[in-house]
Amino acid sequence: MGFLSQAWVIARKDIIGELRTRETVLSMLLFGFLVILIFNFGIEPGLREENLVKPGVLWAAFTFAGILGLNRSFIAEKENDCLQGLLLCPVDRSVIYLGKFFGNFIFTLSMGLVVFLFFSVLYNVNLVQVALPLGAILVLTTIGFTAVGTLFSAVSVGLKTRDVILSILLIPVMVPVVLAAAKSSGRVLDGDSLAGAGLWLALLVVYDVIFLTVAIMLFDYAVEE
Amino acid sequence: MTTVSRGSSVEHDTQAAVAGGGSSGGGATTATAVHPTGAERPLWLDVLGVAAIASVLVALYGAIIWAPTEAVMGHVQRIFYFHMPSAWVALGPAFTIVFICSIVYLVKKDLRYDRIAGASAELGVLFTTITLLTGPLWAKPIWGAYWTWDPRLTTTLVLWFIYVAYLMLRSSITEGHRRARLSAVFGIVGWIDVPIVFMSIRWWRTIHPTLVTGEGMNLDSSMQAVLVFALGAISLLYVYLLVVRVRQLDMGSRIDRLRQQSHLR
Repeated sequence: MGFLSQAWVIARKDIIGELRTRETVLSMLLFGFLVILIFNFGIEPGLREENLVKPGVLWAAFTFAGILGLNRSFIAEKENDCLQGLLLCPVDRSVIYLGKFFGNFIFTLSMGLVVFLFFSVLYNVNLVQVALPLGAILVLTTIGFTAVGTLFSAVSVGLKTRDVILSILLIPVMVPVVLAAAKSSGRVLDGDSLAGAGLWLALLVVYDVIFLTVAIMLFDYAVEE
Repeated sequence: MTTVSRGSSVEHDTQAAVAGGGSSGGGATTATAVHPTGAERPLWLDVLGVAAIASVLVALYGAIIWAPTEAVMGHVQRIFYFHMPSAWVALGPAFTIVFICSIVYLVKKDLRYDRIAGASAELGVLFTTITLLTGPLWAKPIWGAYWTWDPRLTTTLVLWFIYVAYLMLRSSITEGHRRARLSAVFGIVGWIDVPIVFMSIRWWRTIHPTLVTGEGMNLDSSMQAVLVFALGAISLLYVYLLVVRVRQLDMGSRIDRLRQQSHLR
């Protein structure tokens, strides 16, 4: 089996588990909706129409809901010592990382898509016009977010403070990603083409490449028992 | 000093396990006061400490009394002599040493490098905190606001959060090698993130050029001299505190080891 197909087997296991329990994505989604709802009460009604405010709400919801999902990513592995079994697989550790990353990527992306839909209804955004550029931004953001998030999820899973520590570790490191996502989607909502947000997309791509590489290199140390 | 009290509190343990090994330094030890184990405080460390404290005092004199008052900003400008060196020490050597020692630990698995990384992160957070506290004191009268979302300010704040998170991560793990391994992973990722944070925030602000905050201080020669001296003084203070803290942590781990040995017997 090739490298990627090995990783896919691990991702597939997570996806099947998720399809059976429907725990992670549903709770992420509800939480994302709730963040949008609670922001709504903090923002003046007039401001809600502003394209300056919208991306902030959207990406705050994405970030918080995403962290909720990442928190769960390794908890299931910890139960019944599944992680031990996973680590005993005769594959490279980077394969395990990539598998977990694929799974988290798919969960977070699905959450992001539905949160976008919900958001576009509540904040009066014509999603059809901006679907492609926003989709591209969502994919690039989700890659960077889950690349670091999967690594940190592995770091925090065994700790007694794991629920809190993941947010504290992840949010400051995510500043460039959230900033780039908010700025580029703000441009898109203003009616610019994707090229108008080129600098921010380049930043996202650079971030994704750097941290996917770093995470693959470091994952071995994050799970070593 | 904590090493002394810590050392003496378990003294009978250490004596039971292996001859010597506790602390010396103070009069807190009992009859078997001489421990030929290298745990004594060496002379050079005292010299370093005196030099660091003396040079900070001289820098204080230079900043408050000797340097001329800045024509436009007045006395408040003097805080700059400590603000900038603190920022430099934190953002330069302190966090870079965390990064380097994290990598070296992962390669060599020697806990000493982890202790250096932890001590340097603590000092980095300390000096970043000083930077973040002195900055607004200067900014309020000069810019009219305690805080602006300038790239340098914002990056420093994000940096502070990253290394506070690093220390939180360390404090939530008790077992030595596990703590070293996991915090090294975060220490490496955090440090690589810093230039990206800076770039992204700079683009963010150049796209919205609402705040121009170039400090643009044309320092006269005596001001420059004070600044350079203060930079040296704060760096020296950092080195001294780092050495003291690493020695404390070394001793702490040695005491733990001796304790384990005595329990095993």
